[in-house]
Amino acid sequence: MQAHQRMLDSTTNGLHSGESPLLRTIGLTKRYGDFLANDAIDIDIWPTEIHALLGENGAGKSTLVKAIYGLIQPSAGQICWQGQPIVLSGPSEARSRGIGMVFQHFSLFDNLTVAENVALGLDGKESFKDMSARLEQVSKTYGLSLDPKREVWQLSVGERQRIEIVRALMQDPQFLILDEPTAVLTPQEADQLFVVLERLKAEGRAILYISHKLEEVKRLCDTATILRGGKKVETCNPRLETAASLARMMVGGEIKEVKAAAGRQTTVPRLVVNDLSLAPGEAHGVRLEHISFELKGGEILGIAGVAGNGQDELFAALSGERLSKDPGTIVIEGLAAGHLSITQRRKLGAAFVPEERLGHGTAPRMKLSENALLTGHAASGMVHHGFIDTAATLKTVDRATETFDVRKAKRDPEAASLSGGNLQKFIVGREILRNPAVLVVSQPTWGVDAGAAAVIRQALLDLATAGAAVLVTSQDLDELAEIADRIAVMFHGHLSAPLATSEATREKLGLLMGGSTLEPKEAAHAVGA
Amino acid sequence: MELVEAIILAVLAASTPLLIAATGELVTERSGVLNLGVEGMMIVGAACGFAGAWLTGSIFIGALFGIVAGTLMSLVFALMALGLAVNQVATGLALTILGVGLSGLIGAGFVGERITPALHLDIPGLTNIPLVGRVFFGEDAFVYFSLALVIGVWWFLYRTRSGLILRACGDNHVSAHALGYPVLRIRTLAVMFGGACAGLAGAYLPLAYTPFFIPGMTAGRGWIALALVVFSSWRPGRLVVGAYLFGAVTILQLHAQGWGVGIPSQLMSALPYLATVIVLVLLSRARTGGSTAPAALGTVFVPDR
Repeated sequence: MQAHQRMLDSTTNGLHSGESPLLRTIGLTKRYGDFLANDAIDIDIWPTEIHALLGENGAGKSTLVKAIYGLIQPSAGQICWQGQPIVLSGPSEARSRGIGMVFQHFSLFDNLTVAENVALGLDGKESFKDMSARLEQVSKTYGLSLDPKREVWQLSVGERQRIEIVRALMQDPQFLILDEPTAVLTPQEADQLFVVLERLKAEGRAILYISHKLEEVKRLCDTATILRGGKKVETCNPRLETAASLARMMVGGEIKEVKAAAGRQTTVPRLVVNDLSLAPGEAHGVRLEHISFELKGGEILGIAGVAGNGQDELFAALSGERLSKDPGTIVIEGLAAGHLSITQRRKLGAAFVPEERLGHGTAPRMKLSENALLTGHAASGMVHHGFIDTAATLKTVDRATETFDVRKAKRDPEAASLSGGNLQKFIVGREILRNPAVLVVSQPTWGVDAGAAAVIRQALLDLATAGAAVLVTSQDLDELAEIADRIAVMFHGHLSAPLATSEATREKLGLLMGGSTLEPKEAAHAVGA
Repeated sequence: MELVEAIILAVLAASTPLLIAATGELVTERSGVLNLGVEGMMIVGAACGFAGAWLTGSIFIGALFGIVAGTLMSLVFALMALGLAVNQVATGLALTILGVGLSGLIGAGFVGERITPALHLDIPGLTNIPLVGRVFFGEDAFVYFSLALVIGVWWFLYRTRSGLILRACGDNHVSAHALGYPVLRIRTLAVMFGGACAGLAGAYLPLAYTPFFIPGMTAGRGWIALALVVFSSWRPGRLVVGAYLFGAVTILQLHAQGWGVGIPSQLMSALPYLATVIVLVLLSRARTGGSTAPAALGTVFVPDR
């Protein structure tokens, strides 16, 4: 009711046509040194609208919403709220004007309770008791159930997002920004979120929805604004576009299609995991429970699942970052390897690409050649009698650069100076050039632009065609559908029986990702077996 | 009977500076800042506190001098570690070295001077109750103040919105910043509070514990206060228990030597640290999840603007 009243006020205050957008940016520009993160962006957001903001990584989406939310000050340009030009001193002013935001990387406090987290997002004008009561009421109204007394670290990713949304809704915002809200959700959880968003729209609020997922945008959004390289490319109605045409606008050209070679042969088992169980290594970790699978040469096995269900722990166990007590639980190239170190596993022909590019995959402040040495020292002839063969390390860099189109400013820059996509191409390239028998790769295209992602996926397919066994962990179901032969799902440290990709529908995977079991015949060893 | 009373009184006196300094450091660390310079801030507080009291003849003004001196020292730390985002461990250690030197310089002229120490409470009737009278009703103002301070800090951290925001900064400064809280300003205030407490704790030594100043008189109490914060797992309630326990060990060690117990005094002096290590091990074993330490403790934060 209150929201409606304010909306009416804003329309009567309208400047020209008797109606003005709820929020308008005029020539909004943000400059970081020489780099233009946002270049004169105009965007109009109307009430009762779900407005998509599309673009590749680095297109300037996050910068734009940060400016609208008052987190950063624009270098030039104007933000108008209900027809009036405003300068936001900070997020609390944005909130008090009726702008709410749900962050991509949750701005939550792990060791505080749900209620305390919500209180921190409000202005503190009501007592903690009143706030808790209102929290219960809002979460009930929108069907977002939450236990206010639990600490955040105990909650699932979906529940954490609910806290963020409830926190934003408690300020009764007229305009809500959501930054990639479904990136971490199962398909079913995403559907529940869409119901909430539709309801918010029906209440007369406006929503700015940032996403990579084009099908989702076509389904949910009324308008879409596309950014590329910090500039606005187009504002359109996504329902009248195809996913391919939206992707073209985002990338600014066609994306190369990934093609699997016909008639790939599977050979001998190269990576076998037998009943692997492992206690978590850190406080918030997941326990691996009786994981078993067999991966043959020439085959790609995909592991799907919501982040934080044991994928990191499985990667650590496979790579040798954590050892298992029973050597036979992990067999690489026919040899029991559960007790072997990372280097020894590499010598057996295994290669590993972790999820985190900087700090795990590479040492950020070291040169690419030095980073090549870090994984290649054991089995790639880069070290002779304890001395580094600098020429050989540089040659690896050159080969990776050439083969995988790594774009960089000089021949051998620091790892941290590369963009995410180029660094990922280098890391994957570095491992593939070692001709591994087994490649374990985690989130190969996370945060990578579409062009680089296509190169990386193609490289994985080619490696399998050449006879290697490839294990890919990814949260991107489309990616797995594109390259994997079979897909298994991780949930709470359990791994489901793999499904052939042709049978692995989104519904089936979604059920497994949410912890349900399929029909007993389809998944004999699945969750809770 | 009298010996027991004497020991309890001595333990209280020995524990009070530990409790005050550790309470300040607890608040600092709860905001996510690790200031290892407690010893340095204490010793400067001791020198300035004595100077203030000697010059004015007032213990109260001496204590104020100590507080101001500790705060100024902590501002040096805040400038380096928060303003310039320098490594907190290195800055804290440097602060201690600076403090030891500075206190020698300030206190050089006062070595050998005496003042009248802080008065003890005396309520006729109550203070004379055998055994408990002097323990509960015959202490100096610092002892009562230290307990009030802990209760106040507990109330602040868990019952006020400002306390919640401070804890939030210590848990995740990126989130706190994203919600619009001035992380660096909050941390600076917390560091200043820690400095004020350390300065007061240092001033307690020449103003109430022994009525004269000698260089290096804090004798490692700042380090024990740091250990205490960890020992308490960053909780004010456990801090009181820990402070009195550590104080008791210090006093017992003296008596043990007097009684001729065959344990080397060095081993006894090491007990507080051993206790801290054991508590840390037990805590991490008993933990079911979550983190006991403030998650952002000791990490540098530079807001992007």
